[in-house]
Amino acid sequence: MSATLVSCGVKDSTIQEEIADAAKATPELATVNSTVKDGVVTLSGEVKDDASKAASEAAVRALKGVKSVANNITIAPPPPAPAPVVTVNPDDELKKGVTDATKDFPTVKADVTDGVITLTGDIKRSSLQKLMESLHSLKPKRIDNSKLTIK
Amino acid sequence: MPIQDKYKELIDTANASGVTNLQVKEQDNVLYIDGDAPTGEVKDKLWDVYNKIDPDYRSGDLVLNVDVSANPGTKAKVTTESTNLNIRKGPGTDQPIVGKAAHNEIVTLLNKTNDQWWLIKTDKGVEGYAYTQYLTPEN
Repeated sequence: MSATLVSCGVKDSTIQEEIADAAKATPELATVNSTVKDGVVTLSGEVKDDASKAASEAAVRALKGVKSVANNITIAPPPPAPAPVVTVNPDDELKKGVTDATKDFPTVKADVTDGVITLTGDIKRSSLQKLMESLHSLKPKRIDNSKLTIK
Repeated sequence: MPIQDKYKELIDTANASGVTNLQVKEQDNVLYIDGDAPTGEVKDKLWDVYNKIDPDYRSGDLVLNVDVSANPGTKAKVTTESTNLNIRKGPGTDQPIVGKAAHNEIVTLLNKTNDQWWLIKTDKGVEGYAYTQYLTPEN
């Protein structure tokens, strides 16, 4: 007598279908691949964190006929940090700061528009750094001194 | 990033000179360098490098906001060009003058209002606000 015994109860193909069903209810499984061999499920793919990796394994382990789970899922590297945002002070604040910064330089005129400080008039070269240091600390968008006469 | 390349020596100098909280950001073709310099000399050195790379700061493609870090209680020298430093009732040049500190006088930093203004006290007991740019902390 020849008999094909399916002694393990649940066929691998059936387990595979169950995993596909489970994936619908378990979002963590969406990016996970699985293979089944003799009731042993091997998981691979990439998830976002350890919790998702554990949840994927638990969801599969709970399925009928699963003898064991080889969890080869990897964790995705964290997304790059968002580019730091440049802080530019509002024009009102910049204008007040510019008034203070240019007080000792009466021959310098400064205009503030859309965060840009534009300098005109004239200044001694020896005083330029002092003035620029003050203006740079006000958090402007940029400083245009290309029209400033430097003596 | 061409602007970061242009100012590479400045960024390297900041890193090598112990500037803390150093942040380098680029936006709309302008480079923003922020940080706290350990001494006034380091800040001066950074401005020298800036001036060397971009003579007279003409390009307008860098905002260099490096402050000299100082804790309240630190002594600072009045580094005006030659004149007295006005001490004011509040943080603003529209505020009344309550006293003056002489050029090169040593004063005490009490509290930082913002990047522009410190509350200071002179050895003669005059207390008020002075412009940060004319105060060099003695670290």
